[in-house]
Amino acid sequence: MKKTEKKTSAVKTIKRIIGYCKPYKLRLAAAMVFSVLYVAMNLTAPVLLGYAIDGAVGKGNVDFVSIASLLLMVGVSALCSALFVWLMNLCTYSVTYLTARDMRRDIYGKFGSVPLSVIDSSSHGDMLSRLINDVDSVSDGLLHGITQLFSGLVMILSTLGFMLVISPTIALVVVVITPLSMFVAAFITRLSQKQFREQSQTQGELSSRIEEYIGRQKLVKAFSFEKSSIESFEEINERLKVCGQKSQFYSSLANPSTRFVNGLVTAAVCIVGSLSAMSGAISVGQIATFITYANQYTKPFNEVTGVIPQLQAALAGAERVFAVLDEQDESSEDDCAVIEGKSSGSLDISHVSFSYIPERPLITDFTLKVAPGRRVAIVGPTGCGKTTFINLLMRFYDINSGAILLDGKSIFDIKRSSVRSQYGMVLQESWLYNASVRDNIAYGKPEATLDEVIAAARKAHIHHFIERLPQGYDTIISEQGGNLSQGQRQLLCIARVMLCDPPMLILDEATSSIDTRTEIKIQRAFTEMMKGRTSFIVAHRLSTIKEADIILVMKNGNIIEQGSHDELMAQNGFYRELYSSQFAPS
Amino acid sequence: MFRLAKYLKSYKLQLILGPLCKLIEAILELLVPLVTADIIDNGVRNGDMDYVLSHGALMIGMGALGLCFALVCQKSASIASQGFGTKLRNAMFRHINTLSHAELDKIGTASLITRMTNDINRLQLAVAMLIRLVIRAPFLIIGAIVMSFLIDVRLAMIFAVAAPVTALVLYLVMRASIPYFRGVQGGMDRVSLIARENLSGNRVIRAFNKQKEDRERFADANETLTDITLKGGRISTLLNPLSYIIAQAAIIAIVWFGSGFVYTGDVTTGQIIALVNYMTLIQLTMIVVSDLVVIFTRAAVSASRVNEIFDTKPGIVECDDPVSDFCEDEPAVCFSDVTFSYEGQGPALTNISFTANRGETIGIIGGTGAGKSTLVNLIPRFYDASEGTVTVFGRDVRTCSFSALRGMIGIVPQKAELFSGTIRSNLERGKPGATDEEIAHALSVAQASEFVCAMPMGYDSIVSAGGTNLSGGQRQRLTIARAVIKQPDILILDDSASALDFATDAALRRALSHETGNMTVFMVSQRVGTVRYADKIIVLDAGELVGLGTHRELIKACPVYREICLSQLRREEVEEDEKD
Repeated sequence: MKKTEKKTSAVKTIKRIIGYCKPYKLRLAAAMVFSVLYVAMNLTAPVLLGYAIDGAVGKGNVDFVSIASLLLMVGVSALCSALFVWLMNLCTYSVTYLTARDMRRDIYGKFGSVPLSVIDSSSHGDMLSRLINDVDSVSDGLLHGITQLFSGLVMILSTLGFMLVISPTIALVVVVITPLSMFVAAFITRLSQKQFREQSQTQGELSSRIEEYIGRQKLVKAFSFEKSSIESFEEINERLKVCGQKSQFYSSLANPSTRFVNGLVTAAVCIVGSLSAMSGAISVGQIATFITYANQYTKPFNEVTGVIPQLQAALAGAERVFAVLDEQDESSEDDCAVIEGKSSGSLDISHVSFSYIPERPLITDFTLKVAPGRRVAIVGPTGCGKTTFINLLMRFYDINSGAILLDGKSIFDIKRSSVRSQYGMVLQESWLYNASVRDNIAYGKPEATLDEVIAAARKAHIHHFIERLPQGYDTIISEQGGNLSQGQRQLLCIARVMLCDPPMLILDEATSSIDTRTEIKIQRAFTEMMKGRTSFIVAHRLSTIKEADIILVMKNGNIIEQGSHDELMAQNGFYRELYSSQFAPS
Repeated sequence: MFRLAKYLKSYKLQLILGPLCKLIEAILELLVPLVTADIIDNGVRNGDMDYVLSHGALMIGMGALGLCFALVCQKSASIASQGFGTKLRNAMFRHINTLSHAELDKIGTASLITRMTNDINRLQLAVAMLIRLVIRAPFLIIGAIVMSFLIDVRLAMIFAVAAPVTALVLYLVMRASIPYFRGVQGGMDRVSLIARENLSGNRVIRAFNKQKEDRERFADANETLTDITLKGGRISTLLNPLSYIIAQAAIIAIVWFGSGFVYTGDVTTGQIIALVNYMTLIQLTMIVVSDLVVIFTRAAVSASRVNEIFDTKPGIVECDDPVSDFCEDEPAVCFSDVTFSYEGQGPALTNISFTANRGETIGIIGGTGAGKSTLVNLIPRFYDASEGTVTVFGRDVRTCSFSALRGMIGIVPQKAELFSGTIRSNLERGKPGATDEEIAHALSVAQASEFVCAMPMGYDSIVSAGGTNLSGGQRQRLTIARAVIKQPDILILDDSASALDFATDAALRRALSHETGNMTVFMVSQRVGTVRYADKIIVLDAGELVGLGTHRELIKACPVYREICLSQLRREEVEEDEKD
């Protein structure tokens, strides 16, 4: 029962891989046609050669004229055969690599279309391994699969045909023995597929470990746990070795085993052929042809079993690739509206509940009305749900119950892109990408002129720093932000939002790594920009909070106090406690 | 490429046994056409049934023996190649661990990942092929040539000509394809870099509605990779047809000249058949060889990429005779005239001098990019000062052993990052084998007890890679607990309360002050509130030390500090402090 299940899943995977080749079916068809032609030519040559050799009977008895013309034909067929195999390979290469490209494209597309929770909960190293190593395995398997498997099949069938024409008896011997080799190969393949799956998985585990430890080398050094990180890496590596050795050995058994079976075939052909020749049924030249055929016939079996390891690795890789592709996308939004222009910025949040994990409710029955143009500050102890609240506003996560209305319209009836484009967002974790400083600032508005970019950088008080960089605005920011300080990275992110000039603003601890003097200047720039627009500010610094129209004090996913700074101070509650703690002696 | 051979050392047995078995198998295989020719020439021509049968049995026996040898070879190949890959990965990982941040930045994490997985996989494959085929293929070819000489020297000359021509073709194709394969691996790096950026910046990309543009950026890299792969493929795919043509030309020559010799009676038909069979064998082997050439060409490229990592020397190394004892009486940390600049940039710190005594708390404050983090990074020697010296308990940090130096320093980095595992395993990074009491204490100092205890699994709650399943503030408190549990002599808090609310921050500082009796604490912060009660405050401005003293001293003497204070505290408060 279980076996058949596995088998059908393998068949399904293969079908899906073939489905992926569909856009290139013309090339695939061409590859097959060339492969048939190649096989045909390849088979003609031995026949002609056999006749040519028959022309040389013995001393003083050689038919040079017929040999010459036959050899000429051999030459022509060899040239054609070479041409066809070349064309076949060209087609196969392009089918294979274009298919691999499409797979990578689709996996990457998934990164943008799945709910954010999938990205948040997956290991990045493992995802990278799927994108790089597993797709590589699939393309490797595909390459060998198309060239060897198909041409092998054609070769087997046509050789069989030729042999039947020359001598049914000998052909029969061949046919009876070879299924044995197929049986052996199938048995071994089934034995080792599990190991390949495990290998692919462990490879993913390994690369997530590499990503984790190498991406955080500084931390590893700071705590001198080079040693323990090495140990944990070597443990996974060791496991990879064990399953790698197993899968490699088991699947490489297929080839020698089939070759042994084929050796039996050759011997049988030789014996039966010789006996037939002695009884005068066939000529000596025909035996030669036959042995060549038997070789030709068994060769594809050898080739097919020779690529079994690649095919198995491809299958295991494809399973992991398809697992990513099968992730559910964010809900469809075909019927959703698009906000024309800029929203007024009125928000109506009613009875919203949300939790990341069903068992642990985080935000419960959250209600809030924000009039256009208000400045809303959110304060509260860490882990109280501030960032979660913002995740919900931006529709990074969808609420479990309740409603969020933007300009009176549920944000679930508006396209996500349209909701998000209403906000300019600066997060605590400053993300920059490997491109020039200018490209990074112009991220939200690629058409911006250099002057606009500079103006934004000035507002974010990062212009002078950029000017001092070796190539100014064209300096490439290296992977992970390179030598920029945390604060400088944050300033660049702020410049990025300044340039966009969004209708609403979300600042989630956006200035936490920036010194207060600069912060005040930036705050002024934000205030200027946001005049009459709604903004949400998550912050700990009172300078930022004090001037807000409403301050929401959150605790355990609920708003426990709200009002202006003075009102809240007067209330003498939790906010006052928070506020006075700023000046508590250490 | 051959430099990497040292990782094969412990697999000497497999390296010898494998190819040897393959060799024997090849010899057996090579004998088959000979036996066949025998059967035809002696058995069939003489009508000797017994001869045919006995030699037929011989062929079968040879096949069975061949199978046994082949199995031994495959086993050796899998042990040696996977073992080689494992050793190489281990060595590379260890080496990467010795590199300093400057070098890692230069290579990039994405590229390191592809080198460590994809490139080493290619090398592994090459080793397996080396054992399985590298001896076998040339042996079959040379063996076939030798056999041809034994049959007829004149006809064998055809073999002697065909072989070097084929070798030349192989060489030319290989040479032409190397740049492309290098490009393929480089393209792979780029693809993985962009994917990695996407995964880490997924939220920002969505916030800016850049999914489409981002996909296009990836598509570009993907296209480049595909393009160069195809170009390389187009060249290497020439190998097979070219070698086929050469082999066929040789076969034609054999039959043509052979028939001449048959006419004169120098050669028998059976011998011609044998020669043709040998040539066919060579041709079939050539197909394998051309595959091998591709595998080895790619492996050579991968090897050079792997070697590039090994050739990257750590910028910061332990001195030859590192000390690991410190003088308790000397000041905990002393900077004298320290200047530092990052590669290719102006100085980030200029002429910094100060002394931090045992048990003192040092606040470091200054504008964005003033060099605060850079300064504390010099203490555990993440970077080396360009000029001047940094001493810790009387020892120049350059003379200390890494483990002793870093063992006495606890760091809470700016970016709060945890490792996958549990809360307990993360704290054990600070102190291996920490008891429950120690963990509880560290968590309570870091103000983390409350939320950790609220988690269903307590100390054994799962932390995902990077700690993404926790909020920013929770992560930060755990990183503080991780440093505190270490009970370090020097504690460095690099703006590590930025994600904490004031109440938690204040509680944390209170708890720390009880903890830190003999500890020297460096507190980097933007908040005056955090540093104002420090024993000394260092004020940095654009890499220069512009103030050093207590809050009250500085507020009077240091305009930069006063300005910072005014931006955060109420004016009355500042003026009050000024008066005293």
